[in-house]
Amino acid sequence: MPHVKVNKFNLYFGNDHILKDIDVSIPDKQITVIIGPSGCGKTTLLKSFNRLIDLQDNVKTDGRILIDGEDVFSRNADLCSIRKKMGLLLQKPYPLPMSIYDNVAYGPRIHGLKKGGDLDGLVEHYLKEASLWDEVKGRLHAPAGNLSLGQQQRLCLARGLAVEPEIILADEPTSALDPLSTARIEKTFIKLKKSYTIIAVTHILRQAKRIADYVIFMYYGRVIEHGPASKVLENPEKDVTKEYVNGVIS
Amino acid sequence: MKGRIIEEKIFTLLMAFSSLAIFASLILLIGSVIFKGAPALDLAMVTEAPSGGFYLGKKGGVLNAILGSFFLAGGAVFISLVLSIPIVMYINHYSSKGSLLNTATRFSIDVLSGVPSIIFGVFGFSIMIILGIKASLLGGMITVAMLVLPVMCRAVDEVARLVPEELPESVHALGATRYDVIKVSLRQILPGILTAIMISFGRAIGDAASVLFTAGFTDEMPLSLLQPAATLPLSIFFQINSPVAEVQNRAYASALILTAVILSISLSVRIIASKMKKKVVK
Repeated sequence: MPHVKVNKFNLYFGNDHILKDIDVSIPDKQITVIIGPSGCGKTTLLKSFNRLIDLQDNVKTDGRILIDGEDVFSRNADLCSIRKKMGLLLQKPYPLPMSIYDNVAYGPRIHGLKKGGDLDGLVEHYLKEASLWDEVKGRLHAPAGNLSLGQQQRLCLARGLAVEPEIILADEPTSALDPLSTARIEKTFIKLKKSYTIIAVTHILRQAKRIADYVIFMYYGRVIEHGPASKVLENPEKDVTKEYVNGVIS
Repeated sequence: MKGRIIEEKIFTLLMAFSSLAIFASLILLIGSVIFKGAPALDLAMVTEAPSGGFYLGKKGGVLNAILGSFFLAGGAVFISLVLSIPIVMYINHYSSKGSLLNTATRFSIDVLSGVPSIIFGVFGFSIMIILGIKASLLGGMITVAMLVLPVMCRAVDEVARLVPEELPESVHALGATRYDVIKVSLRQILPGILTAIMISFGRAIGDAASVLFTAGFTDEMPLSLLQPAATLPLSIFFQINSPVAEVQNRAYASALILTAVILSISLSVRIIASKMKKKVVK
């Protein structure tokens, strides 16, 4: 059974109905890409998975989002452990105000891993997973803010991986990056999908075509269509999806 | 067409002149303090306390007031820092933006930062009467802490609000608690906090009205929290009121010392803050 399942999920900001009756299952160990025009609720859905949406005021929800069978919106859900299951990449990479090493070590540290040899090993391991190790191994203790944007995004990926998530959430992770850095992130995603379930939001159709195994198309807060990438992107059923895929609406 | 160009030239000139005026007033102020104070400034001024007959032109210095001012401002800044960090972190990270407590806190900070310092002095004094405490270094510290608390809160809040929302999002996404988020935010705004400390210190060390009744004045060195303590602004005030010309000159020398302290504080703020900013994520 897939470990991410959305079940009749609705979300409101005050009186605005943002997400409407979302009902979709995310396949394991694949790259699922959520596409759709700006303002259709892609990011809101993504941030509902790990309940980062709670940081906004006046959010109301009904329905369920199940991660490993546990409803993340249930009253007694443990937010910290839910979020620990999901790494997050934001549109704009945000390294923490500390060194490269400390950025990766931050998660393990707050979850109670002590200083020492195995932390060094962890940092190296996850920087390699994020394809950043070779570029930073000589300056692990330099401030992370000095890295280029593309490197910062891979550092954020390593930082997210270091808390041992099962799922990687990515919110337009390449929109601030140059084409080369974008390609590296995409390559890294394809490498990582062997071990992680990846859910990425993008408004770049070509990117969806390059990396997606499964596609969810959203429009005005609803999931219009979802299915294997080849089907949704090449041969969509619904007219709106066709129009979007063919660039009639964007 | 020509009229518009002339108009622009006139106003450009006026704006440049105004900008020059503020710089000129700084130079004039420092210049006059140096001009009048430097001749009376000697080693004894900064190494000795007033001896008998100091206010009639006899020997001594204002070391007691220099130390008193540093202790008082240091203590007051410490107290207000300890209070302002939790206040600012609470209104930025815990209470929701429209909540009553949040609005009331920001409103109080705004109003309190406009209250004249003599009001704080009177308020501190009346509290001390109720509690039966006499004018003392501690009383002065607490009163001045009240005076600079809104200044400090505002300065810290200003930088805390500039922290991009990506920071709490990134840290929360790792499974952190709000308290973890606060710790990372504090690292991010450390240069701003240092600036706030220095600004508050400058405000605290220069204020006379709030310490007039609360810290009192004495010729003794400030060695106890519970004894009255001299401060530079009051020391200047008492010296300039003297009919003796020599003592009046020493008032200018004391003013020079106070100005030098404040000037070096604001210069070091700039240097430290610009150095630390390089380490912070933009």
